[in-house]
Amino acid sequence: MFADTIETIDQCAPFALKEAEKNKLFLNRINYLNQHHYENCAPYQNIINFLGSDKPVKQLSDAQYLPVQLFKHKELYSIKNEDIVKTMTSSGTSGQQVSKIFLDKKTANKQTKVLSKIVKDFIGGKRLPMLIIDTIDTIKKRSAFSARTAAIRGFSIFAKSQYFLLNGDLSFNENTLHEFHSKFSHEPFLIFGFTSFIYEKFISELEKRNLNYDLSQATLIHGGGWKKLESKAISNHAYKEKLKSLCNITRVHNYYGMVEQTGSIFMECEEGRLHCSNYSDILIRDEHFQLCGHGENGLIQLLSLLPGSYPGHNILTEDMGKIIGIDDCPCGRKGKTFQALGRAAQAELRGCSDVS
Amino acid sequence: MSNDDIYRQAFIEGLSIEENEFNEELEYNTIVEWDSIGHMSLMSALEDAFNISLDTDDIVDFSSFQKGKEILQKYQVAI
Repeated sequence: MFADTIETIDQCAPFALKEAEKNKLFLNRINYLNQHHYENCAPYQNIINFLGSDKPVKQLSDAQYLPVQLFKHKELYSIKNEDIVKTMTSSGTSGQQVSKIFLDKKTANKQTKVLSKIVKDFIGGKRLPMLIIDTIDTIKKRSAFSARTAAIRGFSIFAKSQYFLLNGDLSFNENTLHEFHSKFSHEPFLIFGFTSFIYEKFISELEKRNLNYDLSQATLIHGGGWKKLESKAISNHAYKEKLKSLCNITRVHNYYGMVEQTGSIFMECEEGRLHCSNYSDILIRDEHFQLCGHGENGLIQLLSLLPGSYPGHNILTEDMGKIIGIDDCPCGRKGKTFQALGRAAQAELRGCSDVS
Repeated sequence: MSNDDIYRQAFIEGLSIEENEFNEELEYNTIVEWDSIGHMSLMSALEDAFNISLDTDDIVDFSSFQKGKEILQKYQVAI
């Protein structure tokens, strides 16, 4: 068995490791996870035997990845059935197959800890009032665990008091905004929600109703993808501009992540780059699955050190992206930075919650 | 009420469980009521009961009834 390096990584600040240092620890844990899942998940073992070899790899790019679609067709887990505490699904629309992700206590716990570590690097360790651009119904059902539920619940650890802006039918509730604004607008607070919800149910409503709230103390965090906004052709830049001109919000962080790798999300920094943390890495591949150089567009492959209960630590997504740099972001955080460019053409369409 | 009683009561109210469902070995994610939602409501119950404000790290580390006692010490709440 490989020595597990996760504890060493846990001791470092989430964006402190430079590429060479990180790579050593990272590769070790990936080899450890490869072996762990190979030994504990029979379908994974079959796939690896079929696709390649179970031998340890010397380079990250040689590690066998699974296509993300696989999690829709196969129930993959590396734990005993009775140890499953939570099953998460991607929020596919009706008729679509959804991914199923199985968590045990250890992995669920790890996801929360790492999410907190990453986000704290951007917003600090104090919990803040949070305006959520969603309805409270989304988190009410204990059994249904969509990516939206998971995101709101996951981010609730950063919240001091939570206000849900939308009514049950997802309509805008100005009273809630008014109440939140009068209570909290003089201190730092958070606004959180899905990218498309914030655009359609918040930005658009403020515009339509001609509302002028000063929300300059806000840090706005949004994720879940731009796919639903494609028809509106709204860019990240335009999105930020609107938030600034409408209500004076200048701190806006998009995050990229998917339900298959919950916790180790990629946050957009002040410079507008998406950042890998010590817990994640990204590779870009061309149409022949060969590695792309920096700046070249290709399919995004994501690695995460967290999945212990299911073999989702190395997946090829259906999204396009490009690497911007390594250890060179002006924001000061180390690691790889990239840009996500949306869904690859002709890829099977998935739900709204897992693309950026 | 002693701090010990207040602490127990916060669990019962915060997690919305019956008194007979409570025990000192409770851990996060081992009963339906103590999931991520129950957790946040438990944290609010504790903050209200002891008039404290927990940091994110402590909310994340608050994994059991016993562990919680250690964490509250940092906020000068002795149980």
